[in-house]
Amino acid sequence: MSKVLPLTGNEAGAEAMRQIAPDVVAAYPITPQTELMHRFADYVADGVVPTELILVESEHSAMSACVGASAAGARVMTATSSQGMALMWEILYIAAALRQPIVMPLVNRALSAPINIHCDHSDSMGARDTGWIQLYCENCQEVYDNVVQAVKIAEDKDVLLPVMVCYDGFILSHTVERVEVLEDHEVKEFIGPYVADRPLLDLDHPVTYGPLDLQDYYFEHKRQEAEAMRNCKPVIQRVAGEYELLSGRKYGPFDEYFTQDAEHIMVCLGSAAGTAKAAVDELRDAGEKVGLLKLRVFRPFPAEELIAALSHAKGIAVMDRADGVNSIGGPVFSEIRAAVYGHSSAKISNYIYGLGGRDIDIDMMKSVFQDMKDGKYAEQAYYIGVRE
Amino acid sequence: MPEKGWRELPIGGKILQGGNSVEYETGSWRTYRPVVDKAKCINCMRCWLLCPDSAIYAEGEEMAGYDYMHCKGCGICEEICPVDAIEMVLESEKDKIPADERGVKAIEEAREKAK
Repeated sequence: MSKVLPLTGNEAGAEAMRQIAPDVVAAYPITPQTELMHRFADYVADGVVPTELILVESEHSAMSACVGASAAGARVMTATSSQGMALMWEILYIAAALRQPIVMPLVNRALSAPINIHCDHSDSMGARDTGWIQLYCENCQEVYDNVVQAVKIAEDKDVLLPVMVCYDGFILSHTVERVEVLEDHEVKEFIGPYVADRPLLDLDHPVTYGPLDLQDYYFEHKRQEAEAMRNCKPVIQRVAGEYELLSGRKYGPFDEYFTQDAEHIMVCLGSAAGTAKAAVDELRDAGEKVGLLKLRVFRPFPAEELIAALSHAKGIAVMDRADGVNSIGGPVFSEIRAAVYGHSSAKISNYIYGLGGRDIDIDMMKSVFQDMKDGKYAEQAYYIGVRE
Repeated sequence: MPEKGWRELPIGGKILQGGNSVEYETGSWRTYRPVVDKAKCINCMRCWLLCPDSAIYAEGEEMAGYDYMHCKGCGICEEICPVDAIEMVLESEKDKIPADERGVKAIEEAREKAK
């Protein structure tokens, strides 16, 4: 039995963390993640969760403590945003390459400079090749559901990779929505007990973590990591199936919204998908064959599934809330175009939007569909919502 | 040691047994090989004491040659030797060096053990 609560995205994340009750959480506060950890720290202080909460002096230390605790055999979580994750950077790679199944809500916020506390995806998109699984959320319900599923995905023996659950700063983190929450025991049974793979504190089976790995073995270990990322596609599907049985809510690598017969499809991720759906609704009412594909899983990148879902389209517009600053386009665009290359004759264009929390509204979304209808495509990204 | 493919190796670069660094042939890193002239050596054992890789054999109270499987050729033994009994010789010229049977045997034993 689930109950319905009015929760912000951060509260939804904290509620999931309370139910998961990790052995160790190491974190440092940063806007807009602060409220999540504030809430979780209350649970620890009140004795609601048995978690060892390590209050560190920086995010570099937070992720380092997480890696150490995870290697020791603990179920570990943290959370951060923007500059915080930038400071974690070198340890992100280490967490993934040491195959530690750490789960981290990442409350998306623009990177400095200029300094800004509002949402864009430049933090998580910069970390797309660190070896972390990335799940993106459209609303606060998805924040809760993805955090719970992330634990089970990360800890699967065929995966053993860390997971980042990305959700939009302020737009979701500080907005109250209706969230259905599972019973504590349901979450506990769903994720099951954590059994670490050869933990450091298993003194009967001594093991070395992080030895020097030179020309003769490093490549093999990176190849293993790549395979784990491939393996986690069916695991994400299986976990979603089990979660649907429990919650009644369906998850996949992406959501298709009126895409099946659509001539023009928009691809986006995060909270903007809600605005895009409203635009699709209005255009469908006017008889236009338009649809939206909302990406949930960006790592591993669901290329085969995307080809099947997109290749019939005449036009594809990819929305990026992070600029690649590469003179071509954003990261979602680059990967979508690479995926469908050779499989589709669709024209593909890219729109950079919403940097630093700039709002995007239904009319702007509709203008993107109008561009496709008018045959307006470009090799370089369009910037939408910026003052010329 | 035959090198395993990525499917056979423990994940994450972990080493699943303790005390196995002896199987790692660090001697292949060496550019210069230390060679001892036992006619000059006074068995002061300073080289044995200071070798950072414990790659010098001692038998009773005598310096008894090198473990070339692990000697990295750092040259500390040559530097510290008070009677200049140790010479660093280029590995590429090691054929000119009289065979150190003890060192060769040690490498073979270690390789056998690692299999």
